[in-house]
Amino acid sequence: MATTIQPPETESKEPRLDDGNSGGGGLRNLGPTDGNLKVLDDFSPEPSRTGVWVGLAAITMSFAALTSALIVRQSTANDWHHLTIPSIVFFNTVVLLASSVALEIARRRIAEFARGKNPNRTTPLVWLTVTLLLGFVFVAGQYVAWRQLRAEGLYLASNPNSSFFYVLTAIHALHVLGGLAGLIRVTYILRRPVLSLRRSTMDATSYYWHFMGILWVYVLLVIWIKL
Amino acid sequence: MGKLFAVIVFVIALLSAIPIITHSWFGSGISFALPEDISTHGHAIDEQLSDTMVEAGLSFLAAQFVLAFFVWKFSNRQANAEIKTFPGGAKGLVIAALVLVGTEMLALGILGQKAWAAVYFTPAKPDAIQVQAQAGQFAFYFRYPGADGKFGALHPDKIDEGNSNFFGLDPANDVDSRDDIVTGELAIPINREVHLMMHAKDVGHSFYVRELRIQQDFVPGLDLSVHFTATKVGKYEIVCTQLCGLGHYNMKAYLNVLSHEDFDAWMKQKASEQ
Amino acid sequence: MSDGAVQAVPTTADVVHHHQPPQGFIRKYVFSLDHKVIGKQYYALALVAVFTGMVLSWLMRIHLVWPNWPIPGLGLLSKAGAPGGVMTPEYYLSLLTMHGTLMVFFVLTNAPFAAFGNYFLPIQIGAEDMAFPRFNMMSFWTTFLAFCILIAAFFVGDGPPIAGWTSYAPLSAVGADAGPGQGFGQTLWGLSIFVFCIASLLGSLNFIATTLDLRTKGMTLSRMPICTWAWFITSCIALLAFAVLLPACLLLILDRVAGTSFFIPAGLVISDRLQPHSGGSPLLWQHLFWFFGHPEVYIAILPAMGIVSHILINSMRRPLLSHRVIIYCMMGIGFLSYMVWGHHMFVSGMNPFSSLMFSFPTLVITIPATIMTLIWLGSLYGSRLRITAASLFALGFVSMFVSGGVSGFFLAQPSIDIYLHATYFVVGHFHMVMGVAAIFGVFAGTYFWFPKMTGHMMNESLGKLHFWLTFIGTYCIFMPFHYLGLAGNVRRYSAFVDDFLVPLIPVHRFITIAALCTGAAQLIFLYNLIHSRFRGAPAPDNPWECTSLEWIMPSPPPFDNFGGKHVVVYHDPYQYGVKSSTGDYLMQNSPEQVEA
Repeated sequence: MATTIQPPETESKEPRLDDGNSGGGGLRNLGPTDGNLKVLDDFSPEPSRTGVWVGLAAITMSFAALTSALIVRQSTANDWHHLTIPSIVFFNTVVLLASSVALEIARRRIAEFARGKNPNRTTPLVWLTVTLLLGFVFVAGQYVAWRQLRAEGLYLASNPNSSFFYVLTAIHALHVLGGLAGLIRVTYILRRPVLSLRRSTMDATSYYWHFMGILWVYVLLVIWIKL
Repeated sequence: MGKLFAVIVFVIALLSAIPIITHSWFGSGISFALPEDISTHGHAIDEQLSDTMVEAGLSFLAAQFVLAFFVWKFSNRQANAEIKTFPGGAKGLVIAALVLVGTEMLALGILGQKAWAAVYFTPAKPDAIQVQAQAGQFAFYFRYPGADGKFGALHPDKIDEGNSNFFGLDPANDVDSRDDIVTGELAIPINREVHLMMHAKDVGHSFYVRELRIQQDFVPGLDLSVHFTATKVGKYEIVCTQLCGLGHYNMKAYLNVLSHEDFDAWMKQKASEQ
Repeated sequence: MSDGAVQAVPTTADVVHHHQPPQGFIRKYVFSLDHKVIGKQYYALALVAVFTGMVLSWLMRIHLVWPNWPIPGLGLLSKAGAPGGVMTPEYYLSLLTMHGTLMVFFVLTNAPFAAFGNYFLPIQIGAEDMAFPRFNMMSFWTTFLAFCILIAAFFVGDGPPIAGWTSYAPLSAVGADAGPGQGFGQTLWGLSIFVFCIASLLGSLNFIATTLDLRTKGMTLSRMPICTWAWFITSCIALLAFAVLLPACLLLILDRVAGTSFFIPAGLVISDRLQPHSGGSPLLWQHLFWFFGHPEVYIAILPAMGIVSHILINSMRRPLLSHRVIIYCMMGIGFLSYMVWGHHMFVSGMNPFSSLMFSFPTLVITIPATIMTLIWLGSLYGSRLRITAASLFALGFVSMFVSGGVSGFFLAQPSIDIYLHATYFVVGHFHMVMGVAAIFGVFAGTYFWFPKMTGHMMNESLGKLHFWLTFIGTYCIFMPFHYLGLAGNVRRYSAFVDDFLVPLIPVHRFITIAALCTGAAQLIFLYNLIHSRFRGAPAPDNPWECTSLEWIMPSPPPFDNFGGKHVVVYHDPYQYGVKSSTGDYLMQNSPEQVEA
């Protein structure tokens, strides 16, 4: 038995918004020659927006797995030796959170620039550079933290606490480096003479970067409470 | 060719069922029957297994027969043959699945947990015979506590296979271990509960005695145990079922169920051999 | 830097990004961004992996029943593993490990999901390409890298690992002391799977973003074909599952090379050496692995269910009894797949109460699987079934899925699992559902979509012959596994020396002969594939009179799929059994109105 037929849609009507998610099929770059862009009204979000949330879901899952490994490991043996968190870690935390603030400022300046409200392209670039610098300082600071631990004689395999400390912070730092790569890319695009930076690209990169900060706070909490 | 498919599915389904029903490989004399049950908890498992076999078998045959029948009837029809809907449509089938499968699964699950509980939720009786089994690449060894009823401590660094110190005992410094009896076969008296403590020396292994309806992994670092009571005298194979290395296929020992007199004699003899 | 040139607000429509055809051999065929080329690359990789895995299984089966017969050429592959061509027990376990790893990861995750999904998902939703073509290319080449790392294990000092595809700790974690192959070979395994996880995550990201964002006008979620839904749901499952296996592999590698003790407890004496680790938990590895491992098997079967549904509908010339129910069932299976992992661990030493907890969702997952089977069967009633090689494999899938599924009834119950765990019953169960049913989905998809992908028809007679030999052959191989399991035949044994196993060897001999014959039959498929690619009859645009969007394109499709045109969709994808200008079916993009 055939299912009910929908009446054919004429081009001039608004597309049906059953669940708000049918759109240009990725062909949003090809406008019709009569300039009637309304036909290609694109109700679907940019893929990079979906992509970043999907990516963050995967990263969350990985850290959830590491957290449960930590919890189970703690309960299997009596060799849990609480470690003192290297002092520089708190400084690193402030640096990372500050970089998020800097990024938000940069983002708003870019929006102003793109909307034509402010012809100044230097300001957003400066704030982006500040974000980048703070990000690199964070990673460098994490490296210093590892060295501080090594000075105390705590290496990767010394005890389960140090193992998890190194693993959690290193995996996080690796993802931060990825975020830095994304920020560098955005900076390059912003520097081009013709502005071709999509808002979705900027947003996706920013969400990823802010998530690195949130994730770090979570990792720090786990380290503080558990390790 | 649709009809050929139907016939072949029908034949395969029937042929598949034959060894299940006859418990043998097409009259060759090779038996697939469950080995005799020599345990006190085993019959609950066997009953559960045969209940499940009936349900699974009927579902299997029904589904294959329906597939065969429908393909026979509805393949290569005329181009303008009427398309019919199965009575009840999707809704009927969903309800049928929920009701039939739901109740079946619920029944199997609820009934089945009794057999599971008998093995795992009841603690060993206080007067059960204590034996420790150690699994290592690629042999099982067993240890009885001896006259003092206490096991000596294990010292992995003292393990010396060349001198038969399989468990790493230290009789020089550890009084409890002096009368421990170490053997290569697991002898137990009939109709007496055995509490088997399980220790893994190196990697994961498993303890499997088909006739006892017992299977339990040895996990390095974990103190696991099982308890069971054997109801028939005889020699039964204990085999390793957890992949442990190249000798896995050859890793076995014997469970020797003896009468009480024979068991006492055996213990005396083993004690003197230590 | 000039700030004077203020640009207008960039909208998505304004950003100009001309889609040019790829130039040059490397861009066209090697590092291609075209999802169709990437799909074919995945398929080719899966083909190499499946033939390698199949040859390994022949070697294993021969060794089991003719252990002293020197296998020609094997001594050349590994002097230590098979001196004079006679396999050692450890080499058997190596082949077993590599067989499982290749098949589960590089065949069953690649072929039905990455290969067909990459090729047809964008097309079936009316898109020009995947959402992130560069990530797509990277995900294939990362998979290829993982494959190379895995194969390298054959050629390193100690040989491939012997811990099975499940790689339980501490056997897999302590290092070379545990046995041959457990040195560098096992580390390479860990590295290969780690890299594979990354590739898979990139792929899933693409599938999800593409499905949600790139659907063409009129293509609502409910108008997507069932196979598209299957790929979408599978990618959601894969995203979360591989994200867990990734850190697990990392921890395993660290235990092996960095001296950590995530999975290794204290006091282990292996090869007369007291191991320097302490405090770790072997069960932790099992939990992490199976948390991934169970969803993984649904990753293997769901795309096949989708492909088979799609092909069955087309072959039956009528839609399924309910499109929505099938999709909800697939979602249900996906969701439940995360709650059942402990059923691999009933006798593992975990809390026996947990075993019961895992048993219930395992039994419940039978319900959506049964509903789907009943819907397939019920839809056959009153249909106008056409028999082709593709539809035969689709029907064969239903038969195999039933066979493999009912053995699950037993294994889902912990009390029965006490007896059946680690026996050939388990091996029979998972081979029937994964090794046969899922592969039948791949075969069905191949026969169905080959004309579209290559522009040539496959030889139907050879295809049907391939079906008969494979269908009967795989039943002959895997049905007896269940009987052996009921007799208590333990698995992963390189030889049958125990008292109760020796009498079963004649059955194994039958299985080995069946396996070799069925394996030989696959050469018919390979021949058909290659010969038709070059000499097959030219394929029309829509040889199967199918309604989904891939059939509106020429065979093979141009690089930009719909030729730059904007497809508009008017119907659900299963308008069959109608009276239209094209016959008894209506394409999704046809504005024609018909009566039911």
